[in-house]
Amino acid sequence: MTKRVVDTLIIVAVILMFWQGLHWLVGETALPGPVPTLIYLVKFVPTARFAENAWATFIAFFYALIISYSLGLALGLWMGAHRLSGAVGEPILISLYTLPKITLYPVVLLIFGLTLPGRVTFGAMHGVLPVALLTMNAIRNIPPVYLKAARTLRLSKWQTTAAVLTPATLPEVLSGLRIGFTLTLLGVLLAEMFASKHGLGFLIINAMQILQTEEMISVAIMLFVFAVLANALLLWLEHRLHRRA
Amino acid sequence: MSRVGWIRLAVITIAVGALELACRTGLIDHRVVIPPSEMATALVRLLISGQVNDQIARTFGIVIAAVAIAVVLGFALGLVIHAVPRLRQALEPFFATYYAVPIFIFYPVMIAIFGLSAAPIVLMGVANAIVAMIIATLTGLDRVPRVLTKVGRVHRMGAFSTALRLKLPAAAPHLFTGVKLAVSYGFIAVIASEFILAPAGLGRVISDAYTDFNNPRMYALMLLLVIVATVVNMLLHVFDQRWAERRGIGRP
Repeated sequence: MTKRVVDTLIIVAVILMFWQGLHWLVGETALPGPVPTLIYLVKFVPTARFAENAWATFIAFFYALIISYSLGLALGLWMGAHRLSGAVGEPILISLYTLPKITLYPVVLLIFGLTLPGRVTFGAMHGVLPVALLTMNAIRNIPPVYLKAARTLRLSKWQTTAAVLTPATLPEVLSGLRIGFTLTLLGVLLAEMFASKHGLGFLIINAMQILQTEEMISVAIMLFVFAVLANALLLWLEHRLHRRA
Repeated sequence: MSRVGWIRLAVITIAVGALELACRTGLIDHRVVIPPSEMATALVRLLISGQVNDQIARTFGIVIAAVAIAVVLGFALGLVIHAVPRLRQALEPFFATYYAVPIFIFYPVMIAIFGLSAAPIVLMGVANAIVAMIIATLTGLDRVPRVLTKVGRVHRMGAFSTALRLKLPAAAPHLFTGVKLAVSYGFIAVIASEFILAPAGLGRVISDAYTDFNNPRMYALMLLLVIVATVVNMLLHVFDQRWAERRGIGRP
């Protein structure tokens, strides 16, 4: 455990040194050094401007996540339980998954305009597919003997779902939810970066246009920390479930 | 084609047909979505006119460069990291969280450093693709059966020929998965970067067409990207299947 902490600290130190070196190489305006940037960050984060934009991003992300999860789980359940739908739909979902979805963002903008529903839709477009695909796989991978056991014990449909299907699929479904979380956040941020007047993505692009590099990097660092912490939490949950399974 | 394949084709045809019908009957406003048939004719006309061919070439050139760098460098880094267990242990949590971070938030930083050129776009492509390749290389090398190294020793093969003739073929399927991911991640990163901010390229042209309300051009190029992404994916999938089959037959 301590060795791991030391390793992580070494990596952080290497990144900071690399940052400082790059700063010396390219100059003050292109990339401010780590120390002034971190001082700026400490001052900037408590301001109302940061709070407002962080809240805007959070709201869009929250709605997008709800849509991603509910739609993704419903699709995955259907395609996992109904074999033919799964076989027909899986390649379609996979090719949609690998499509750069930002190409379709102008369509979303034409439909919704520069509004919250547009950003929510775009975020959900990113998150739905991994949730659906991994849920489908989880259901397909249930060992048939589990279902036989449930039938032997004469469990009702609801009992089977609660006592057999849910615990058997939960770890893999949770992986889907974790990836869905990440991609939904990416979608919302991309939407804000491309066309929006609100949110942290907008703040980054705006800071770049007015050459406020410290602010740009500060926002990026805050998002980075949020993404890493959320991912660590979800990974921890996933590992716990896997160990129990 | 199998029954499932036919059904899939029917589903897609019905979906496109429904969109066409909805656009033609005015259910969907022409200013929002144009009928798929018009998208296709606009694309053919645009390609023949050659107005954006250099932009298309530029974007795909950048994608190819980024993916090539990511695959070669990712494989090399994977070899090094695999050889030093301590380094690998230290980097493991880094790899586990890498794709959780929306790396596009660093694209403006890249622009600030390198200026508005092709360089930051290539870098974003490489950054998005390379870690998938490193992880695939590590998994591939992990899965090389120990017996193969012993066979190499029995035959008195050197480290290099063991790597080339035994380890590489044994790890190949995993490496191919890495290449597959690198292609799609690199493609996504390049297009997205061009959309956000770029001096030229396909993403920029689409985003300009959107700003100019030039729907035929916008939808034509979207169609092009969808076609290219689908075809490339299908090709990689076919390769993957062939490979799996051949190994299946070759196995005793």
